[in-house]
Amino acid sequence: MADIQERIAGQFPEATFDTSDVLTVEIPDSKLHALARFLRDELRFDFLVTIVGMDWVEKMGCIYYLQSTSDHSRIAIKATTADRENPMLHSIADLWHIAGIFEREVYDFFGIVFIGNPDMRRLFLSIDWKGYPLRKDYDPSLNPVPTENERQSDFTDTYVEHSDGKVVKEQARVFEEDDFVVNIGPQHPATHGVLRFRTAVDGETIRKIDVYMGYIHRGIEKICEGLTYPQTLHFMDRMDYFSAHNYHHGLCMTIEQAAGIEVSRRVQVIRVIMDELSRIASHCLFIGTFCMDLGATTMLFYTLRVREQILDIMDKTCGARMTFNYETIGGVMQDLHPDFVKDVKELLAVLPANLKEYDKLFTGNVITRNRMEGVGKMSREDAITWSVTGPSGRASGWACDIRKTHPYSIYPELDFEQVVMHEGDAMARFKVRMKEIEESAKIIAQLIDNIPEGEIQAKVAKVLKLPVGHWFRTVEGCRGAFGIYLESDGTVNPYRLKIVPPCLPAAAAVDHLTRGQKIADLITIGGSLDYIVPDMDR
Amino acid sequence: MFDFSALTNWIHAGLLSFMPEWLAVTTECVLIGLVLLTVYALLALFYIYYERKVCAAFQCRLGPDRVGPMGLLQSFADMFKMLIKELISLKHTDKFLFALAPYLVILASMLAFAVLPWGNGLQIIDFNIGIFFLIAVSSIGVLGILLAGWSSNNKFTLIGALRSGAQMVSYELSIGLSVLTMVCLAGTMSVGGIVEEQRDLWFIFSGHIPAIIAFIIYLIAGTAETNRGPFDLPEAESELTAGYHTEYSGMHFGFFYLAEYLNLFIVSGVAALLFFGGWMPLHIPGWESFNHIMDYIPSVIWFIGKAVVISFIIIWFKWTFPRLRIDHILSLEWKYLLPINLVNLVLMVLIVVYGLHF
Repeated sequence: MADIQERIAGQFPEATFDTSDVLTVEIPDSKLHALARFLRDELRFDFLVTIVGMDWVEKMGCIYYLQSTSDHSRIAIKATTADRENPMLHSIADLWHIAGIFEREVYDFFGIVFIGNPDMRRLFLSIDWKGYPLRKDYDPSLNPVPTENERQSDFTDTYVEHSDGKVVKEQARVFEEDDFVVNIGPQHPATHGVLRFRTAVDGETIRKIDVYMGYIHRGIEKICEGLTYPQTLHFMDRMDYFSAHNYHHGLCMTIEQAAGIEVSRRVQVIRVIMDELSRIASHCLFIGTFCMDLGATTMLFYTLRVREQILDIMDKTCGARMTFNYETIGGVMQDLHPDFVKDVKELLAVLPANLKEYDKLFTGNVITRNRMEGVGKMSREDAITWSVTGPSGRASGWACDIRKTHPYSIYPELDFEQVVMHEGDAMARFKVRMKEIEESAKIIAQLIDNIPEGEIQAKVAKVLKLPVGHWFRTVEGCRGAFGIYLESDGTVNPYRLKIVPPCLPAAAAVDHLTRGQKIADLITIGGSLDYIVPDMDR
Repeated sequence: MFDFSALTNWIHAGLLSFMPEWLAVTTECVLIGLVLLTVYALLALFYIYYERKVCAAFQCRLGPDRVGPMGLLQSFADMFKMLIKELISLKHTDKFLFALAPYLVILASMLAFAVLPWGNGLQIIDFNIGIFFLIAVSSIGVLGILLAGWSSNNKFTLIGALRSGAQMVSYELSIGLSVLTMVCLAGTMSVGGIVEEQRDLWFIFSGHIPAIIAFIIYLIAGTAETNRGPFDLPEAESELTAGYHTEYSGMHFGFFYLAEYLNLFIVSGVAALLFFGGWMPLHIPGWESFNHIMDYIPSVIWFIGKAVVISFIIIWFKWTFPRLRIDHILSLEWKYLLPINLVNLVLMVLIVVYGLHF
């Protein structure tokens, strides 16, 4: 890292460094684009994890988290502006496709305009929203509950910088004037939630898709700023509800590491088993719903059978089938149910036969193969530039499993394979998940017989205050890398809690993957990316 | 074997004894219409129950079991629900065509009932181009679907209707050609004649290889004709919400729903007619006593039983396979089924000419 710091300092003398967490390079806005390009091309930090918008009151800005896909090291760029009236930064949307979407999110919440971003609309909030909610001086009374329908616009803004340094706002159309635009969603059986695809079609062929998000945006990041740390945990169940354990694990881990809390080995093991059980349940549901999207309704019931078994196990220990609220800071809510080990072993015993059955019923079918092979092909480069992590990214040959790249908890001790395939089509995404079920079962089998005795709850201060600082941690959710950016000002509430969902990039990539394909392929591609709408909308 | 023409002749004679012939024929037409409507409704209700039970069995469920013994009254309850539901009228639609479409669909399946061989002597009309008539009227249905999609003024219905148009027009060809193959073997287009020809042996056995090929193609094309999975693109639930009937409500939707099941019965019925002898019992040449026992089973049961068994296969398709994509559907028809069918037709002609059939 010292070497990288030197090279950056050599190239950009105005850069300042902060090494308290991930190496953070602070750079003036004018050099932001050049630094980002330098990091991407010269130092191989080619994966944009997220853009965290920030309001430090005296200045506003963004933190860009970059990761190298070869050695998995991370670096952050920090760019700020002191102008609160018209905050502007330069866009890096031309370097990473996903940056365009991330910048729209920052614009939506902080009002920072990105010069050069071709599509500077709000991302989640309605078009008539007043003010920017994550700014510290935001006044919620500006936005009473609307009584009228949301206004729609076919236009988008871009901010172009002319050679004399003047920034001009220009208008552009989202679709061509005579496009036949079909609304797929927000109420649609195959969008897996309230997501809306404005789809321009030419007969059966898709020309362009405008992904319209935000129907289930609850402002979790904003709400968390007013809550204490233990309270913020409860939202982790309510984003990707299938990865509830994994997300809980992620936030607990971040807070524990920030507060310096040690958790017992027993807790670690329980958490990992729960994570992997969630993964099996989630992938089973994926197989079922995906097959249903393709019209094979019967498969859903076969996969739900396994999922039910897992939910019963969860029910016994956590007291709920969903929204478990199981992990706490420093431990877990209650000890394992006496039947837990027996039930899990029963599950592991029936799993291989079930997987074989799915294969027999579905994977080998000629219609299935016609529908899935070669459909929605995503190259490794595409997956990286769109930041599509998780099983979808791994199906494109990108080894991005956080459990391997940034091992946490007890994962380094465990013996499991990172499933990577190279076809990048819907079939590969399907198969990766099938294989991951086997790998998860392998992990559970290693742990289930030796769950150590110990405390299930470490001693944690009643009123938990974190030291001043910021932390960025990731865990592997069921659908990809789930990140938490936590900034503390030393009080009982987080100053900023940014959640990095894996589903947002997946949904954003749909437009790219479906162009020129058929309407039916949109369903296949959307299904195979397996996004969860509450996760992307937060 | 009981011949129903004795019964029909007796009714005819009875009516003639106290009314002029024109009135007798009119009365008979009305009576037949009423009987047909009843059979139509009962069959549809049976099929709804049947499909739900079969599908439940495939999916490790029980299916309807709350209303009546074994859930038998469930479809009646559904029908009443459908009947009392509101017909929602939409703005900006072509009101006349919108209302006409479901009737066209139901009319097509109703007309096809006229030529099905229900039993020995139990056929509404038996004329020399029966099977041709059947193909002609069953293609009226697509008109209703196109109108429904067009007049709803909705993008999903329009795409559904266009898909359905492309699909139905294509698969009509395969149905026609495989029917033609069997007509070739039968030597007649009269439905009664075709059944009569299978007196000794069903066509699926006597026509051996080409008949089996024709049967498989007919089954595939028939499934596509009825818009059922895996060919349910016009109403692909996960793509077009409900396709061409998205905007319909109440009994108008009910008509599409009924027609779908009745078309399933018609397709299976025609398959039974062409390949499995219609109402003709299973006869094996030489096995006299066996043939005699088979004759004791009433012909109506033979026909409906065969149709229900063939429907089971089609239902089985639906609950096993994922849906095809529109371009796959069209290439399946034009690149595979059609050439195979044409070759098969020539093969059948050769077999008939040289007398190679049984």
